[in-house]
Amino acid sequence: MGTVFHLDIVSAEESIYSGPVEFVVAPAQMGEIGVYPRHTPLLTRIKSGMVRIKAQLKEEELVYVSGGMLEVQPDVVTILADTAVRSHDLDETKAIEAKKAAEEALKNRESDIDYAKAQAELMEAMAQLAAIDKLRKRKH
Amino acid sequence: MAGSREIRNKIKSVKNTQKITRAMEMVAASKMRKAQDRMKKARPYGEKIRNVAAHMSGANTEYRHPFLIERDTVKRVGIIVVTSDKGLCGGLNTNVLRKALNQMKIWQSEGEQIEVCCIGNKGFGFMSRINATVISQVVGLGDTPDMAKLIGAVKVMLDGYTQDHFDRVFIYYNRFINTMKQEPVMEQLLPLTNERIHGDKKEDDTSRVTWDYLYEPEAKPVIDDLMIRYIEALVYQAVTENMASEQSARMVAMKAASDNAGNVIDELTLIYNKSRQAAITKELSEIVGGAAAV
Repeated sequence: MGTVFHLDIVSAEESIYSGPVEFVVAPAQMGEIGVYPRHTPLLTRIKSGMVRIKAQLKEEELVYVSGGMLEVQPDVVTILADTAVRSHDLDETKAIEAKKAAEEALKNRESDIDYAKAQAELMEAMAQLAAIDKLRKRKH
Repeated sequence: MAGSREIRNKIKSVKNTQKITRAMEMVAASKMRKAQDRMKKARPYGEKIRNVAAHMSGANTEYRHPFLIERDTVKRVGIIVVTSDKGLCGGLNTNVLRKALNQMKIWQSEGEQIEVCCIGNKGFGFMSRINATVISQVVGLGDTPDMAKLIGAVKVMLDGYTQDHFDRVFIYYNRFINTMKQEPVMEQLLPLTNERIHGDKKEDDTSRVTWDYLYEPEAKPVIDDLMIRYIEALVYQAVTENMASEQSARMVAMKAASDNAGNVIDELTLIYNKSRQAAITKELSEIVGGAAAV
């Protein structure tokens, strides 16, 4: 590898950037870091912010990422972008929400059963009505 | 002409049903294409993060993540069941739930405790009906799986694993093979197996990694974060595959329903015409008979 290296920016939902670049600047957790070719292998978290990409013979490009991981290999650099805004507390509340949803839904199971029962009764009543209707028509 | 009106009504109602199933078929067909696109788009992320994880598991020796460590005793199992939110998609949900149920019976007979995380309404309904312990759930994902919605439910399972609440975590979903074929699969999420991380390629000594990353700020938090994201990516991929499967299964089911409705209509029309013909013949013979009597 000479003056360029391969950069991939991917998120779980799509591939954001892929191609050879001259250098890239990412907002790492410990401060912005710039990566040129032949950078030492590195793995770090990145914060939400702008990633600056400079490809050969091209204007600088800016890509927003909402956090993620930056991986530097000898000739490939990968940014694994998050699709959601994350923090430890935020994840925690989400986990609690998912738990609560399950608990509540289980508690409300009774009402679900009631609903199913009511529906079954309604179907029966409707069938009876239809039968009565038919009988009536036959009489006339 | 006794039953003719009933037959006509019946034909009309079957035609209405056919209209609905045909509309659903077309809707499913267009959604299927989008769902497949999303599934394909999710793949590069999964690939990349797997490569990093594989590399790390080979290179880093100072810290081994708990997700990578095999446990000897298995007493509690966590399962994530991915199903669709809506029905009318053939045997898709039934197949995956049956697979899960069979395995659950085996585990129960071995005295293992099972806790379930449900993604999708159908699976949740089923699990609560059979009185399984549902510890987290996500329903109403809609047509676009949202990573943000999955994080919470997955975290419950991951926390359960790190806190020794579970010894193993499995995921059930429908793998998308092609439009006509979807396959219910069970995969082990945790602990991460070697085959899973390293894929199919055989690990020989020449490909053994000789360099390690520089971790910033420290190895542990970075690896922790990466592993969590890796598992999430796996779950996300399972969800996208399941959604693609759902839409194509629905399309096929609705096509079959429309075709069946067509057959029923043909049959009923035949019966209707026959009875009409019979009525006309009867009337004619009556007239002829009457004329002969005069």
